[in-house]
Amino acid sequence: MTPVLELDGITKRFGALTANEDVSLSLGQGEILALLGENGAGKTTLMNILFGHYTADEGEVRVFGAPLPSGRPRAAIEAGVGMVHQHFTLAGNLTVLENITIGAEPLSRLMSATGPARRRLRELSDRFGLAVDPDARVGDLSVGERQRVEILKALYREAKILILDEPTAVLARPEAERLFQTLRGMTAEGLSLIFISHKLHEVMAASDRVVVLRRGRVAAERRTSETSAPELAELMVGRRVARPVREAQPPGAPVCIASAVTVTEGGRDLLDEADFTVHAGEILGIVGVAGNGQATLGRLLWGLTRPTRGRLALGTEDLGRMTPADCVAAGVGRIPEDRHAEGVVGEMTVWENATLERLSSPAFSRRGFVRRSAARAYAADLIRRFDIRGAEPDTRARLLSGGNMQKLILGRNLAQGPRLILANQPTRGLDEGAVAAVHAELLAARGAGAAVLLISEDLDEVLGLADRIQAIVKGRLSRPIPAEQADARRIGLMMAGAWDEPVPSSAGAS
Amino acid sequence: MRLERRPQPSLTMTVAAPFAAVLASLVLCAGLIALAGVNPLDAYAEMLRGAFGSRLSITETLARATPLILTGLAATVAFRARLWNIGGEGQFYVGALAAAWLGSEALAGLPPALGILGVMIAGMIAGALLLLVPAFLRVRFGVDEVVTTLLTNFIVMLFVGMMVEGPLKDPLAFGWPQSVPVANELMLPKLVERTRLHIGLLIALATAGLVWLMLARTVFGARARAAGLSAGAAEFAGVPLARTLLGVAVISGALAGLAGAIEVAGVKGYVTTDLSPGYGYSGIVVAMLAGLQPLGVAVAAVFVAVVFVGADAMSRALGAPTFIADVIVAVSLLTMLVALLFATYRVRK
Repeated sequence: MTPVLELDGITKRFGALTANEDVSLSLGQGEILALLGENGAGKTTLMNILFGHYTADEGEVRVFGAPLPSGRPRAAIEAGVGMVHQHFTLAGNLTVLENITIGAEPLSRLMSATGPARRRLRELSDRFGLAVDPDARVGDLSVGERQRVEILKALYREAKILILDEPTAVLARPEAERLFQTLRGMTAEGLSLIFISHKLHEVMAASDRVVVLRRGRVAAERRTSETSAPELAELMVGRRVARPVREAQPPGAPVCIASAVTVTEGGRDLLDEADFTVHAGEILGIVGVAGNGQATLGRLLWGLTRPTRGRLALGTEDLGRMTPADCVAAGVGRIPEDRHAEGVVGEMTVWENATLERLSSPAFSRRGFVRRSAARAYAADLIRRFDIRGAEPDTRARLLSGGNMQKLILGRNLAQGPRLILANQPTRGLDEGAVAAVHAELLAARGAGAAVLLISEDLDEVLGLADRIQAIVKGRLSRPIPAEQADARRIGLMMAGAWDEPVPSSAGAS
Repeated sequence: MRLERRPQPSLTMTVAAPFAAVLASLVLCAGLIALAGVNPLDAYAEMLRGAFGSRLSITETLARATPLILTGLAATVAFRARLWNIGGEGQFYVGALAAAWLGSEALAGLPPALGILGVMIAGMIAGALLLLVPAFLRVRFGVDEVVTTLLTNFIVMLFVGMMVEGPLKDPLAFGWPQSVPVANELMLPKLVERTRLHIGLLIALATAGLVWLMLARTVFGARARAAGLSAGAAEFAGVPLARTLLGVAVISGALAGLAGAIEVAGVKGYVTTDLSPGYGYSGIVVAMLAGLQPLGVAVAAVFVAVVFVGADAMSRALGAPTFIADVIVAVSLLTMLVALLFATYRVRK
């Protein structure tokens, strides 16, 4: 059987950097191929070449046996290749139907033929089990729904081969599982799929075959049924990695206490009567599907939002009334959800980013002037202590990889020996090596007596790190359960909102 | 053809960009000059002669560059913080008006050094106050400052017209619509006798140094830059966004107001509605050509001044219309934007 898609000897260089070197792979009819690799291994570059966004320096792409002219996305679309990007390419102010038909209609037509388009969209969404309302505004849809629109967009253009770039990066586990079911159904309908991932468990669960990329080269190729997650991890990283293990430790005094904290915005309770307590030397995990109030909880805890009702205490101080600058001064270490938008100023240097939070402290400025040599020395120290690779104090932060950027953010917080650490999705989008490093730092901070509040969508992360776990659903928090009583199934139920409500004790029972 | 971001914009490209932009602009405008029936090479040669050909023309070019340095700095400070101050022209005029108003009588009795300082501070306060209003509307209600600052210019022009016809009209000016003059002893000393070049040039150059120091070396400057580069990350890091932007507005407005005060106290002595040939707007071009670098602003201001002064001379000698100067300056803004694109991105086929 001829493969539906072949990449033959693809090499792509960006200046001195070789993103892909002599990469060959093929995709069979009805197959799900996983392209596994760490961030920066060249996965996305390879798919961009295939889709015509980039031109390969060497090598050839063949679709159904015919060579694909390079550098022309339209040729790829016409040959039946569809791509679902990691960052969606949808117009938020248009409807689902408009987003899907845009660009698929000839410009010469005056009126859009919505009738037939709507019928075809319905047919496609029924056939592949991708339910969306064609008339909903894309801006109002959840992330999972937007992804379905992206997939439908490719199918509408009669894609026979679908490429999904990190499709689960934005999805919670139940949504991800549903996506993989859908993908499986699509292969039964004759489609062939490539999905790009750095998550081992989903590669194991959802693919037929795995191609592992490391530093731009094909490191290995395995049938999924004949390999294992540890083997793939080792192939991907090139050495053995293991996530650090939490060791039992008695918690100290309460550091941060939320009592019945409610945040109301625009008439909606984004956070509803939330109660939690974080103790010194303890990690409290707050787990939930994206969009259930985690963002609000994060903004609240680092001083960007105030509680509408309720009290949020940091020791004897009122954390609810603090600004971000107050939080820094009070010893609150903060790791934001979005590294690029909130964590660092990409166009500023590493040393400027390392010190921006505490620029007005005497350590880094005198009479309003920045003490540049002190700030640079501090940054150099962080780079050394937290193993931030590829960085000099004067490197622009934008040039750091995700993992190293996160180490910079961790470093500038942890170096101060914070009382409380608020980490919101600290390992989202990081590769295995970086995840292990971030986990080790959080555990070290816990060991040093810091109270850690970990907000995460990643079940494994919460189960691996947290001493106690609460679920967040629609802005409400479950009661905490100790880690010993937690397993993936129970947490999964809690994330779905099924937690034990306090049973009223029956009077006079004993 | 696709654009790819360069990993780190190279220094050569950054420095070469404005020169390439200017060159491209001159080439593009050559066509227009030819349409006016003049040989473009002759026209450019005449412009250079007009701007640098004699001692007088050099002083005239530098005198023109003086307010442009200050309005260029005003745009630089604001744009670095992503505060889009398009109201430099209005701030220039209120600064000029405040200088003439206070400089004609209220400050006239003071010792000259103190009085001159007073005149300049008056201009700065007026400019700062004018920009504070749209800046406040932006930080408090999210009102787009591009629109408000731009429209404020027209209000200010009408206000200036009203003042020079009314309350501030000079009774000794034979009915011409001009303001009361700044007292003679408060006029800025000349740098070169019997020319229009005054010490305002030195003040402007020193100000460029101060603005550089502020942006590159102070806590406030770092916060302003952070706010401009990534408001979200700046806010997260505890930068007081509203306060920082208001501070930027005060400085930017004050710089444009200072330009107006210095132009009145340095060159003309009084305010008319044609005091500025668009110094506020040209300041935006100056700032962009300088790549928003305060020290580059001085160089870019001289370029724009050369075009303006040279075009006058060219027009007298060859008969091509003077407004070719406005076209060259405007086109150089466009070519600069294109040049910046190529300095930041590279083309891949």
